[in-house]
This record gives sequence, C-alpha cells and structure tokens, in this order.
Amino acid sequence: MQAAKAQALFRGLTMIDANPMADAVALERITFWALTQYSPIVAVDGTDGIVMDTEGADHLQGGEEPMLTRIANQFRAKGLTTRVAIADTWGAANACARAISRDTVIVPRGETVRAVEKLPLSLLRLPDKIVGDLRMLGFKTISELANTPRAPLTPRFGPEVGRRLDQMFGRTPEPIDPIRTAELVEVSRAFAEPIGAAETINKYVGRLVVQLVDELQRRGLGVRRTDLIVEKVDGTRQAIRAGTAKPARDVAWLTKLFKDRTEKIEPGFGIEKMTLVAVMAEPLEEAQKSSSLVEDEVIDVTPLIDIFGNRGARVYRVAPVASDVPERSVRRIGAASDPVEASWVNHWRRPVRLLARPEQVDVMALMPDHPPVWIIWRGKRRKVKNADGPERIFGEWWERNSEMAAVRDYFVIEDEGGERLWIFRSGDGVDTETGSHKWFVHGVFA
Amino acid sequence: MSAVRAHVIADLRERISSIERHAVKKAGCLEFGVPEIDAVLPGGGLAHGALHEFAGGGVGTVDGAAAALFAAGIATRTAGPIVWCLTRPDLFMPALAQVGLHADRVIFVESDKEEDVLANMEEALAYGSLGAVVGEIVRLPMAASRHLQLAAEKTGTMALAVRRWRRQTEANDFGQPTASTTRWRVSVRPSEVLPVPGVGRPRWFLELMRVKAGECAEFLVGACDDQGRIDLPSRSADGSHSSRRSIHPG
Repeated sequence: MQAAKAQALFRGLTMIDANPMADAVALERITFWALTQYSPIVAVDGTDGIVMDTEGADHLQGGEEPMLTRIANQFRAKGLTTRVAIADTWGAANACARAISRDTVIVPRGETVRAVEKLPLSLLRLPDKIVGDLRMLGFKTISELANTPRAPLTPRFGPEVGRRLDQMFGRTPEPIDPIRTAELVEVSRAFAEPIGAAETINKYVGRLVVQLVDELQRRGLGVRRTDLIVEKVDGTRQAIRAGTAKPARDVAWLTKLFKDRTEKIEPGFGIEKMTLVAVMAEPLEEAQKSSSLVEDEVIDVTPLIDIFGNRGARVYRVAPVASDVPERSVRRIGAASDPVEASWVNHWRRPVRLLARPEQVDVMALMPDHPPVWIIWRGKRRKVKNADGPERIFGEWWERNSEMAAVRDYFVIEDEGGERLWIFRSGDGVDTETGSHKWFVHGVFA
Repeated sequence: MSAVRAHVIADLRERISSIERHAVKKAGCLEFGVPEIDAVLPGGGLAHGALHEFAGGGVGTVDGAAAALFAAGIATRTAGPIVWCLTRPDLFMPALAQVGLHADRVIFVESDKEEDVLANMEEALAYGSLGAVVGEIVRLPMAASRHLQLAAEKTGTMALAVRRWRRQTEANDFGQPTASTTRWRVSVRPSEVLPVPGVGRPRWFLELMRVKAGECAEFLVGACDDQGRIDLPSRSADGSHSSRRSIHPG
C-alpha cells in the first residue's frame, strides 16, 4: 500500500521511515540470543525471520508445543509479536509462519504437502518477478505449481522454481548455516577422508575439547553451553548441545558430557567436519587450591549433575519454605545452588510419603477434637488403635483470600496392623466457615 | 582337628575373596550399632561398595515408606552427598530431615522411565566420592543389579535400592534372584505402647532375607531416630540393659 493511500484511509497516521539497517542489526541480536537459548543451529531467515533447527533440542523445553508457546510468550513479554511454526523443512516452516493468523502452528511429521497446498505462491521464497510472472500464467497456490510438469517451467523461469519446491517438500536438503560472531570461541577440524566409526568420532571429540579448553584458558572463560556441530558428506548438519551448571573449563568433564552422547550422532555416509563452539561462556577465574593439614575436602558433584541434566533428567535439591501448610513447606532448588543451612522446624512427626493431593476418606469421629474411630481408605476399613493430634494448621490468608478462615486439623493415626497414616479434617469441627468437615488422608508414615 | 579345619576354611575364604575382589574396596562396613544385627552381617555391618535392597511388606510394597526411611537412615550415617534417583516424586523431605538427613546433602534425580533410574544410579556410583546412592525402582533384573553391584564395588559407594511396586500382587517379584549383597524387608508394626494415649515410637519388623556369606535373620526394631539409628526395643522400652532376645512375632 502506498503511503498516500494509507493516509487517505486513516486520519492522523504517524509515518516513520523504514530503517532496514537497524532492523537487520536488531534481528541479528535476537538471533544470537536465540542461539544461546533454544537450539545449536540458529540463523537469520530473510529480513524478518529467524530459522532454527530444533531437532534434539525440543525435549529440553518439554516438547514442541511447550517450546513454541514459550518462544511466543518470551517475545510477547518484550513487546514483540511473533508467528512461530514448526515443520519438517525450512521452506514449509517459513511459509506456514508467514501464513498463519494464530501465534503458533505445528505441522505434523509428513504432513507438509497438506499444510502448504493452499498457500499462495508468494510464500515460496521466489524473487518477486518470478512470482508475478507465474501469477500472470494463472498459478495461484503452491499445490497448483507443484502439480505442473516441471520441464516447461525451467527454460522460462530458471531452476529456482524447482529448487524452492524441492526444498519445501524436503526432496533437497537445505542446511542451515548457524549465526556466528567474532568473540565466539570456536574450534573445528575438517577431515580429508570422511570418518564414521564411533571410536574415531570419540577420539576427535576428545582432541577438540582439549583445543577448546586451551582457547578458553587463554581468554579466562568457562563454558556454560557448548555445541558440537557435525557436518556430513551429504550436506546435512547434526548438533549436540551440552550444558553445565557452572562455568566449566575441565577437559575430563566436558569430554565426558559429549562422549556420553556421541552415540546419537548418525554418521550416514561420513563426517567431513566437526566443530565445537562455546555458545555461552562466562568468566572463570583461576582459584588456588590451598593444601591444608586438616582434611576437609569438599566434594564437587557439579559434573555429575551436568551428566544427569544433559540426559534429560530433572535434577534438584529440596529446600524448606516457611509455611505451615505441608505441601507448601518444600520447594525445589537447583542442584548446584549454594547450601541452605536452614531445615524444617518440626516438633511433630512428618510422613515419608506425601500424597500428591489429599484423598477423601469415610470416617466415624467424635466432633470437634477427637480422632476418628475408624476410617475407610482405598476400599479398606481400618480401626484406629492409637492417634495423636490434633495439630491445627491455619490457612495462609496473606497468600490467598479464600484461606481467610480455613483450618486443617491433622492427626497421626495407627491401625491394628501398625500402619500409620496422616489424616486431616478440613475445618475446626465447630464452625463450617473454617472448612467442609470432610476427612482426608494426606500422607503415609513409616 | 577343628583347628586344622578352621585354618583350611580361613585359607579357602581368603582365596575366594582374592578372586572376587578385582578392585580395591573401600575398607570396612557401616555398622548399625545394634550388636544383634551387626553379628549376623559378615564384616559386622552393611558393606560399603555393595548393593543393598530394601522392600516394604504388606501395603508397604506400594508406598515403600518404611523401606525408604530405613534407607534414608542408613544414608544419613554415611559421609558425603547422597544421590536419590526416582520416578515418582512423592517423598516428603521434612520426614527425611527428621531422621537426620539434611536437605542439602540429597540431590534428587527424577526421570520419566524406570530404566533411566538404573542408568542414573550406575552413573552416580561410578562417579565415586558420594556417601550413598539410593534408587526407587520397580524391577531389578539380574543383569541390572550386577551392573550396580560392580559399579559400587569399583568406587566403594554404597548402593541402596528401594523396591516399590505399582500393585501389591506384583511384589512376588522380590523372590527373583539379584546380585545384591543384602536384601531386607521392612514391615510396619504397631508402635511402642505408651503409658498415655498416643502413637509411640514406630516399630518395624526387619527381615534380612538374603545376605552373601551369611544367614538370614529377623528382628523387631524401633524405627530410625533423629540420627538415623535403629535399635532393638527391648533395650529402650523398659530402660533396663538386660540383653533379652529379640521378639519374633508370627
């Protein structure tokens, strides 16, 4: 639309000159940030997009859908509107992202043809002139063009049309050349003869790690995220990312993280180049180890934590929270975080297993402050032989309004067989304001 | 004659142990501090650098509460960090803190699949310099248990497997042979009788179902205290230090 036409349609339209240079710089900055966040292979796509190879990286964010939602939300938080699409090929994802009206779309595996058939020709990443000429010939959608014999098209429009179609449907590989900056620490090794054996790969990974560590040492850096990018003979790339909980510059530690997963590399017809990039590096000072007479060696388990983390396991420690409500009294903290000296202040016994949500039980109990005489839990009737309680826990009205008057009365009960359970009554047994007076099992004692 | 026999047996034992132990083991055992229990364990306690298995009895096969707390009590008394591998995160840390296991010492590794728990345990055992590695697992095949036992032997870290099944009927799996050094079943029993109404110190029925180079035994014990120690209730209940035999109900 021309500026004059737009001004005629909307009154008081503010005009700002386009600044392609600044846009390109900003886009590059965002791309580089995305490289450290989401995937080892990220590049600028055209003038208005970012392309990422998310294979093998999505599970770290909980799958494709959570990852897309997270990307969209992270950009929205910065005031940027995004359209995010995942598809089998770069071409299909590029077209889908620009065609959708929603924030995110996932094209299922092998559904590329169905997803792009109705999309207009302009999304095929062809020069404007070719698109205009094709329109003149009556082609409107991608499927119309794809179903036309290719031979007559090529002499007229050149090989570009066929190439773009093939790239979209995945018949021609289209490797993504990842973005790099000058300060990135990168070591690589090209092979005269393509390699493929697992032992050879491991050997060269080990050598690259040594080189990278030397380079890091020179700059006084430690890596937090490292990518191993494998370029194969057939022009495809595969990447493995390893993260560490603390800046690392230890040969054995990094080698272990990569060797753990070199089996995931599919050499195919052979690997011709391997690159090791420190995507995220932080300053790491040399620390002097003092030799003390008293042996108070603190064992550093961070390398072990990294091994678990890179395998996709959730690694955490548990720390106390100052709350009387049992399910809120614990929180997860990073496994490598500093020690929390505090512990729980419990004069009362606590159950070993806490049920994910309290399970309602049938009981016979004297109100207001006696333990039940019997309870029926999970279809089994238990006669209560001994009991301790009540331990009254008040709702945290400063957390949420609905807990203003809420009360729970906890009892430790023991049945005839010696099974000990943690049960509570919602409410104080007199005032129905404080709770429903229903009984629940909340935990199992040893 | 008997002196000769003892000598021959000791000689044979030595030769067998020299065949068995390839790597240098972390010397010693972790004793329970209960003479009756330590007496039935070869070496006078739970061996470091070995796999020990714990399961609950009755309903405890599903919740594994007593078995987990017993393992936590043992882990408390080792030195160094503890790695606890699991798939179902329903462990309530304040209870573990009550048997003396500080939250800072325990690193939880939660994975989605059962096999990953075994792999993570093996990795942690191979890392060494940990106090103990605890894993909550359903199935423990012979091959997997052998892996764990060998990894534990190599670094001298104690491996504690808490068996926990989905259903009570699946628990007969516990009879299958594994490479573990000891195998225990921990069942809950009525607590100590107090002179006033209330729940006293919990008691467990501890069955030592299998022990390498030792005999099975069973004990009725008082559950872990705030130091992670168990004891025979006969000594704490009546206060007298008469050494009575443990009570075997059933």
